[in-house]
Amino acid sequence: MELRGITKRFPGVVANHDIDITVRRGTVHALVGENGAGKSTLMKILYGMQKPDEGTITIDGEQVAFHDPGDAIARGIGMVHQHFMLADNLTVLENVVLGSEKLYGIGGRARAKINEISDAYGLGVRPDVLVEDLGVADRQRVEILKVLFRGARTLILDEPTAVLVPQEVDALFDNLRELKAEGLTVIFISHKLGEVLSVADEITVIRRGTTVGSADPATTTPKQLAELMVGSELPSPETRESTVTDVPMLTVDGLHLSETDLEGIERVVLDRISFTIHKGEVLGIAGVEGNGQAELVEAIMGILPPDAGRIGLDGDEITQLPTRRRREGGIGYIPEDRHRHGLLLEAPLWENRILGHVTERPNSKGGFLDPAAARRDTERIVREYDVRTPGIEVTAASLSGGNQQKLIVGREMSHRPKLLIAAHPTRGVDVGAQAQIWDQIREARREGLAVLLISADLDELIGLSDTLRVMYRGRLVADADPATITPEELGSAMTGAAAGHLEHEDGDTGHGGEDR
Amino acid sequence: MKKIDKERVLLAIAAPVLALVAAFVITALVLLATGKEPFGAFGTMFDYGFKSDSQVEIINKATTYYIAGIAVAVGFRMNLFNIGVEGQYRLGAFFAAAVGGAVSLPGFLQIPLIIVVAMTVGAMWAGIAGVLKTSRGVSEVIATIMLNAIALSIVGYLLKDGRLGHLDEAGTSVSTTPLPSSGHLFNFDMGEDVGQIYGFVVLAVIIGVGYWFVLGRTRFGFDLRSVGLSESAATASGVSVKRMVVTSMLISGGLAGLTGLPLLLNDTHAYGADLFPAGIGFTGISVALLGRNNPVGVALAALLWGFLERGSGRLEFEGYDKEIVGVMQGVIVLSVVIAYEVVRRYGLKRQQQKVGEELAAQARTKKEVTA
Repeated sequence: MELRGITKRFPGVVANHDIDITVRRGTVHALVGENGAGKSTLMKILYGMQKPDEGTITIDGEQVAFHDPGDAIARGIGMVHQHFMLADNLTVLENVVLGSEKLYGIGGRARAKINEISDAYGLGVRPDVLVEDLGVADRQRVEILKVLFRGARTLILDEPTAVLVPQEVDALFDNLRELKAEGLTVIFISHKLGEVLSVADEITVIRRGTTVGSADPATTTPKQLAELMVGSELPSPETRESTVTDVPMLTVDGLHLSETDLEGIERVVLDRISFTIHKGEVLGIAGVEGNGQAELVEAIMGILPPDAGRIGLDGDEITQLPTRRRREGGIGYIPEDRHRHGLLLEAPLWENRILGHVTERPNSKGGFLDPAAARRDTERIVREYDVRTPGIEVTAASLSGGNQQKLIVGREMSHRPKLLIAAHPTRGVDVGAQAQIWDQIREARREGLAVLLISADLDELIGLSDTLRVMYRGRLVADADPATITPEELGSAMTGAAAGHLEHEDGDTGHGGEDR
Repeated sequence: MKKIDKERVLLAIAAPVLALVAAFVITALVLLATGKEPFGAFGTMFDYGFKSDSQVEIINKATTYYIAGIAVAVGFRMNLFNIGVEGQYRLGAFFAAAVGGAVSLPGFLQIPLIIVVAMTVGAMWAGIAGVLKTSRGVSEVIATIMLNAIALSIVGYLLKDGRLGHLDEAGTSVSTTPLPSSGHLFNFDMGEDVGQIYGFVVLAVIIGVGYWFVLGRTRFGFDLRSVGLSESAATASGVSVKRMVVTSMLISGGLAGLTGLPLLLNDTHAYGADLFPAGIGFTGISVALLGRNNPVGVALAALLWGFLERGSGRLEFEGYDKEIVGVMQGVIVLSVVIAYEVVRRYGLKRQQQKVGEELAAQARTKKEVTA
């Protein structure tokens, strides 16, 4: 497959221009680049969801033009989206045949085909299991199978490892190698450079909407690759000197929350959670998503009332306070889902600067807004936090994810929080912005900020945190010392395989006995 | 940057203009289909609508519609659909008339008293829907529609001879005790044949300015708008959405309660079933939609509505069916809803494109500088 001179003026942040990529059959080809560099656009073009303004796509020497994904599927190109598109209440078989009933029917023939594909590539998919009973990694394999079932010979995987723990990533990579061995082609999009280097045969780097080069994974280090990606030196999340004090900033004691679902079954979401974050300390919480991290954050923010437990901030009890008082009291909040919780997408940037801090200066005086001051301060945030935007009157929706995030970080930091709750602060953010956000967290930490960090990026967690806790099914099941722990060890604790104080296998034993 | 702003204004105007054009075209087609010549009908409406006495009448009608429209717009700004303006307006006007007719105070007390009663009754009635929504999760659309029916029945029950109503001398209609003259609001006399403009129009303007100020310039308004733009983001930012729902229903209902007052204070001076037209609350919805919840936009929409209704009266004399105006109003509302959505999506997309292009251009020049 060849792409030549692809140019697309697309409602996004960077216009794609002069993209040249050659993907050889039977290889895993990785596509890396900053967020907003144009990778997704390119994939959409390849999958027929967007039409290029200029340039050609050639498959097996034949020039093609895709009008919709159907055309791409007909040409043997399939896409596994970052967000799974599966119906939970259907079985795997039903999900796979859905929309392609004509291929192999919906009964025995389809089941046989699914088993055949599953065996051929070592996917281990069981056709009659309900999708809702499957874990993330299994669901992903169902997605891959779905694409293969439709006859794809080229698979596009969009950030497939974002939702997986390290062990699952390894399993996925084994699957990809199987596919490759059978002569299939995989196009792999990722931010995680280490993973790219371990699985890819060829790497193409995209920067600012165009291809800037390719790399040979055998001879390239992650650092070199990242430098190619951002055009500058790569930052690392590591915090050098410890700034932890013994002054408690956030104390959470016995926080408990249970939810009753539609069937009337009670489920414990937060199970007697207790921890303390001190001034200048970053507490990292590791865990597979959906194990109560989101609820923990919402309980501390006052969005979700807990059933029991106490929360204290800087010596004051805040358990009963409404969200606004907590924010005024010095909690900064970088939400997990910035579109749903952090921004008013259709409002201009300066109004987004007010959001969450409407009662504080410079946004308002008394009960009245101060738009002029808010605008001036937005200009400052845009400047100081390097938010790439032509102005502060554009809507938040028109910025790229990384720039939206920089705006949020700038906004929260501008109010000099005592405690920062950062949920996935660099998710979907490009390497450049990531470094900046890490720097800001580190700098504020030096000045005594306490940080509750929740992240799926284990390198980020280990690199930034002073203390690590692992959350599993609503409980803090394990703790670890970020100085010695490896992502793999942390990953196994996240799946519930380990508990208590995690020791690095060949590390010294002096770290045991941390108070719990 | 400037360019984006200019475009935004253009886009804002594009939607209603598009909707109006579509409405005229469709109405013309309907007229043609019924075998009538459309331009004659439009001509008649324009000629008649621009007469001075028509204009006074239009302004008076529009005053009422405007208040109803703003009442609806307050809800719309936070994604609440107060369909119950109709019931709130009738109940408010009825009790205001009853209380106003029962007491006799000097004008500077009498009129504020009537206004306060109307607003309180309207607010309480709408508040029921707000409380139901926050406490039991009842959709405010359902609740307010039901409350409309109940409001009508309550007014119908109380407006009987011997209860709060009185049979007039001719014995044909029942109305509340007329307000004492201290309860009459001033009018602007425009001349013998032209008529009088309601003094309440001044209050309508104040309401409009107040609406703009509260929404655009106060913390409360920001909270309200943020709930409308994204409930989840507003919650995370510290707004209590439940309290906001109740508060804005109260405000919406309070304004809705005022809707009947231009008629009551400036014209009829009593509440009677045939004196207060049905459907003003629903007109308010159309007007708020067309005016895009913008204080000036709603005013223009209210004037347009008044104009169309005034014109429709004349059509009958010229042999047209006056229902054609109803068709036109319906089509306008439909087109407006569609046009806004189309323009909104286009605008967002266009802006993203613009921002992308500008940033790409910036990046290119930067690269050239460094190179």
